[in-house]
Amino acid sequence: MKEHKIQKPGIIGWIDYRLPIFTFADSFLNKYPTPKNLSYLWSMGSIAGIMLVLQIITGVFLAMHYTPHVDYAFDSVENIMRDVNYGWLLRYMHAVGASMFFVVVYIHIARGLYYGSYKGPRELLWQIGVVIFLTMMATAFMGYVLPWGQMSFWGATVITNLFSAFPVVGKYIVTWLWGGFSVDNPTLNRFFSLHYLLPFLIVAFVMLHLIALHEHGSNNPTGVEVKTKKDTIPFHPYYTIKDMFGFIVFFLIYFYMVFFSPNSLGDPDNYIVANPLVTPAHIVPEWYFLPFYAILRGIPNKLAGVCCMFGSILILFFLPWLDKAKTKSGTYRPYFKWFCLLFILDTIALGYLGAQEPQGIYVILSRLCTLYYFGYFLAILPLLSRFETPLPAPNSISEDYAKKHCQ
Amino acid sequence: MDTSCETENNSCSLPEGETRRDFIVLTASAMGALGCACAAVPFISSMNPSSDVLAISSTEVDISNIQPGQILTVMWQGKPVFVRRRTPEEIKAAEDIDIKTLPDPQKDGDRVKKDHREWLVVVGICTHLGCVPIGPKGEFGGWLCPCHGSQYDTSGRVRVGPAPLNLAVPKYEFISETKIRIG
Amino acid sequence: MKIRIFLIAFFIVAGAGIAYAHDHGEKIEWLYKKWPFSGIFGTVDRQAAQRGYQVYKEVCSTCHAMKYRSFRNLSEIGFSEDEIKTIAAGYQVKDGPDDSGQMFDRPGKSSDKFPSPFANEKAARAANGGAYPPDLSLIIKARENGPNYVYSLLQGFTEKPTDMTMGTGMNYNKYFPGHQIAMPKPLSDGQISYSDGTVATTEQMSSDVVIFLQWAAEPEMERRKKMGLKVLLFLAVTGVFFYLAKKRIWKKVD
Repeated sequence: MKEHKIQKPGIIGWIDYRLPIFTFADSFLNKYPTPKNLSYLWSMGSIAGIMLVLQIITGVFLAMHYTPHVDYAFDSVENIMRDVNYGWLLRYMHAVGASMFFVVVYIHIARGLYYGSYKGPRELLWQIGVVIFLTMMATAFMGYVLPWGQMSFWGATVITNLFSAFPVVGKYIVTWLWGGFSVDNPTLNRFFSLHYLLPFLIVAFVMLHLIALHEHGSNNPTGVEVKTKKDTIPFHPYYTIKDMFGFIVFFLIYFYMVFFSPNSLGDPDNYIVANPLVTPAHIVPEWYFLPFYAILRGIPNKLAGVCCMFGSILILFFLPWLDKAKTKSGTYRPYFKWFCLLFILDTIALGYLGAQEPQGIYVILSRLCTLYYFGYFLAILPLLSRFETPLPAPNSISEDYAKKHCQ
Repeated sequence: MDTSCETENNSCSLPEGETRRDFIVLTASAMGALGCACAAVPFISSMNPSSDVLAISSTEVDISNIQPGQILTVMWQGKPVFVRRRTPEEIKAAEDIDIKTLPDPQKDGDRVKKDHREWLVVVGICTHLGCVPIGPKGEFGGWLCPCHGSQYDTSGRVRVGPAPLNLAVPKYEFISETKIRIG
Repeated sequence: MKIRIFLIAFFIVAGAGIAYAHDHGEKIEWLYKKWPFSGIFGTVDRQAAQRGYQVYKEVCSTCHAMKYRSFRNLSEIGFSEDEIKTIAAGYQVKDGPDDSGQMFDRPGKSSDKFPSPFANEKAARAANGGAYPPDLSLIIKARENGPNYVYSLLQGFTEKPTDMTMGTGMNYNKYFPGHQIAMPKPLSDGQISYSDGTVATTEQMSSDVVIFLQWAAEPEMERRKKMGLKVLLFLAVTGVFFYLAKKRIWKKVD
């Protein structure tokens, strides 16, 4: 039973009494007590949110002109680029936007890894984040197929073929995914339908993500939880203005790419129409999939490779229980700090290796990097939890802030 | 959350500080809003006809085989256009009328080309709710709309029925005696 | 602080490295030219593009289609409406069906697309010993380092090394990956006579046709770069204001 609320004056009061969206927005974006010491690494979440909105808007407008049929898809994209007013802008914003979305999310995840944002009571927050990440990857994968270029077709063929690795049911799963006996029109059509749908699932997951966040509030660079009011400041105006400045800096990079270098992250082969009879010399997925592609190719057994590739993401779900150290932030964990940084570099190295030919030294390096990747989660973190002696963390956020900003 | 006024040496500086901050914040917000407004333009513009659609916005029609009394229907910009070669009786019926009695007064002479009065070119979409009228039909020798009964005469003008306006005359020209270009 | 700087620098370098990570196999050094359309102030040299169109029309279009361009688009590189109508009318274009259900030929209009030399890919292959002359509308974007690649390829039909055996019907090209290409040498000095009087050396024709092909692949380029400058300038100025506003507002935090 809700206590009897008083209706405030005005239209806003009238609406809010019946549907408390204004009270909600006020507590969520205005008053929300936020640690006062957050760095710009904490702006990545809101930037990711803006990118999600931008991708949806550009995507909806692109879908007004795109035809999801194998005979017309490539032509419809060229029509967008050449004849639709500002079509080239919509297309480049959407393509570059996907890449930038992943850049931001990867930085966001790295922040979480280093500062222990996945630790209690934020385990579910972290896991919802992993779900968002997985959904983003599925969305991006299907989106890349839609222009129906050579990489669209062959990337789709290679990745969907992976599912045949599963014993007994593999072949049937693949036929079911394809809607036929190879990647063809039924595949393209359903990928378009799902590509349009999934972002709205991401929106729903993001809402859950934010609700989980607000339950216990944001983590911060010291890893010390909020203790008193002195530790926090209201979200508005401090973090609204800081996030907006972050948006501008981000947009400078994003729009530089859109206007002056829109194809640098793409593959030239995708400007050739899909040809099921001609395989390109180097099939490479988009850069944000490269680390996982490297892990996949490094393992000599097909099924093991597939399991390791999916496993490398699924293992993130278990992170809160693999790393049980009480100290959250890497700032105060002298050994963890370097292993974590090494992990980030290792993932980048895997990314580089994913783009190389799978032969010679590249194979050996891929395997070594994969070993460290899994070793970090399965061995290093649990061992550090037990044996690492952390440095003393500050007593409170406000104490640490005052020290750093002594007037 | 208050300013730590106590640490300021003179509280007089506070109002000035407020104004300066307000100006910057105001300018920043205004520029941000301006940016968002400008960003809307490409999206809205992309829904307007694309350049390939605009390029085929005119149609040429060969009228050499149309006999007097015949109506040819052609497609122009996705719409039907009636090209009618009128008999002398139909022209007379179109001209011999007090236009003040018409629901949408218009002289026949204003709806055809001066040197080609036997040719009537009108968009075949009823001005009521958009159905395609059937012709030649109806008591006025022109067209009858099957949807709600509007009737048009031999000049394509509405005479009876819920339609408010005459059939539209598109922009067209005779590029030769046997060819007209619509649009 | 040191960690932060190191990380940022590393990410930029690594990111750039991954972004441009491509395996090359044999490293072919292409000819390099400073193109007037590259860089943030790049533009399409209209005169060169018109000459390039002449090269395409008189040499390349025998085998290569360009289906994503229409005659009306030629106004973007400086042809007048009348010139376009004349060019278009010089081609016979398939249209129909007419009232008896037959397809028929008619002179081209400015709204027509550039006609393809072959009805479909199979016909193209049959006429060219099984090889398919690719459509050139996107060739600049469809090849890594497109402009220099095409520029080199067109001038790369040199004498083959004595120790190399060519496959049947193949030609030696210094810059083509694998060095065997089905296309015979398309350009020789003085092959066409430019309508503006420029001397038609192989290098000149290659350069002009690359500029034309660049326009064909990215007709929006000039508008895109102009808009980009305006957007970045606006963002930079707005960014300064937001930065100052942030600093002002955060002064209150103790």
